Amino acid sequence: MTLYLVKRLGVLLASTAAAAVVVFAFMALLPGDPAEIALGVNATPEAVAELRSQFGTDRAPVVQFLDWAGGLAQGDFGTSYVTGAPIGPQIGDRLGVTAVLVLGGMVLALLIAVPLGTFAAVHHRNLLGAAISVASQLGIAIPAFLAGILLVFVFAVQAQALPSGGYVPIAENPAEWLRGLVLPWLSLGLVQGAVLTRYVRSAVLDVMREDYLRTARAKGRGATGALWRHGLRNASIPVVTVLGLQLATLLIGAVVVERVFVIPGLGDLLLNGVAQRDLLLVQGVVMVLVAAVLLINFVVDVAYRLLDPRLR
Amino acid sequence: MRGRTNAGLLVGGTLVGLVVLAALVSFFWTPHDPTLVDAARKLREPGGGYLLGADKFGRDTLSQLMVGARTTLYVGIVAVGIAALVGTPLGLAAGMTPRGWLSELIMRVNDLVFAFPALLLAVMLGAVYGAGTLTAMIAIGVATVPAFARVARAATLQVMVTDYILAARAAGRRRTAIAVRHVLPNIGSVLIVQASVSFAIAILAEAALSFLGFGTRPPTPSWGRMLQESQELLFSTPRLALWPGLAIAVAVLGFNLLGDGLRDHLDPKLSRIRGGEER
Repeated sequence: MTLYLVKRLGVLLASTAAAAVVVFAFMALLPGDPAEIALGVNATPEAVAELRSQFGTDRAPVVQFLDWAGGLAQGDFGTSYVTGAPIGPQIGDRLGVTAVLVLGGMVLALLIAVPLGTFAAVHHRNLLGAAISVASQLGIAIPAFLAGILLVFVFAVQAQALPSGGYVPIAENPAEWLRGLVLPWLSLGLVQGAVLTRYVRSAVLDVMREDYLRTARAKGRGATGALWRHGLRNASIPVVTVLGLQLATLLIGAVVVERVFVIPGLGDLLLNGVAQRDLLLVQGVVMVLVAAVLLINFVVDVAYRLLDPRLR
Repeated sequence: MRGRTNAGLLVGGTLVGLVVLAALVSFFWTPHDPTLVDAARKLREPGGGYLLGADKFGRDTLSQLMVGARTTLYVGIVAVGIAALVGTPLGLAAGMTPRGWLSELIMRVNDLVFAFPALLLAVMLGAVYGAGTLTAMIAIGVATVPAFARVARAATLQVMVTDYILAARAAGRRRTAIAVRHVLPNIGSVLIVQASVSFAIAILAEAALSFLGFGTRPPTPSWGRMLQESQELLFSTPRLALWPGLAIAVAVLGFNLLGDGLRDHLDPKLSRIRGGEER
């Protein structure tokens, strides 16, 4: 296990470094000189050259990359060419908001999918089980931002029970913070819950056909008891894999949902950065999101090993 | 069992057919010019030649939906086309040389690309080249390559251990000939299923990108942007959000059901497993 962990950690570091090269190379293609953009068309060549050396964009691309990547390793994302503000703290603030959004959505998705999927598997021969399958197919066809708009219509426009958007920091007013996050969480959680329900159902169905479950039932345990005691851990193995993939999807879904509900998270920062052509900011946010996806994959792979002793 | 398989295929096929039909008809006829701005028809209620009403610029909603179907299918076809044309050969090569350096390289690069979701690629491409239909299609296509490569590789690995491949190799067939004449036809059904599922994902991605302003540019109608424009009018005219939302859901549901249906229909091995499940 230790050897596996070391090897897998090496892969994580290598792929993060490779991703950094890709992100940097991509953004370096950006037409236009940040110094010229910052100073406008009337700037003297001397002023542009001076700002260029201040930004460090007059250096060779390799040096620029090493400087940027070296900073990243220490949590320093550089200083924005557009606003002059350090980028790291901005990303730090926004990361917390997005993390709360994504994790809340994930918890909700699990709360929906595990009971519903298990129920649908156990009752796969009757109407209610089939109805759950149909409902989850419908849920998959609705993107999170569309779910968000529908939820706003029902709960903000019709019922006027919840805010249609906006974000109140938890330190300011915990109750309003919670009220503001209910609809965004539901948007992400309902859709992901629908996707997960299908996987939980098929995983539980697979386990139900296993010999060890038949043995457990032959020993006198009821269907639910046997499944609870012997089935859930085995059924959780494929589900954890999907969960990881879904977490990455949720992270990206959150970018769009933040737009729907005007929540100041990483997605909002990214889209504003693009609108203002804030190259270094976009580069930093993209890097954080990609690194998060890689980290999630790493955790899933390790969790997979821990859950399935046959792989150890 | 047989009837159930066909039900998914039938419903999925019908929904997809509906979207394709709307797109095809829109080339020859729409009730009104979908891009014609007319203040007199601003937020016109449904009825009287405007079956679904008009938006805040007076553009006919039904006409926009029909041309939007065209946009959606166009983006989907090009994106899935890119993914299939790039991903399939890579997966084939990796599957035919499972222990070689080429396979290792392909799968590592695949994993790296997999860490860049379509939305991030589209935002990056949009920041560099300016966002539009082309950048959205390329981003979705590139982001879908790993899925195709993985599926093609897994299917190739299964085919490579069969007797007919052994016979072809014993007969001295070249590798490329084996790949094209023996492996490709046998993994075709898996790829078709993957294409259908990927199409559904591409539709979702295109809608999200247009919603964010990183997809199809105005005035070309697109369902995602119709949703985005409708959001501010949600309190007064919710129907403007309803129709494009419904269109997206119908298209995605259609392609997902079609993919599932095809999987059962084309792969007897999987049907048999499913048959066991339904016992």
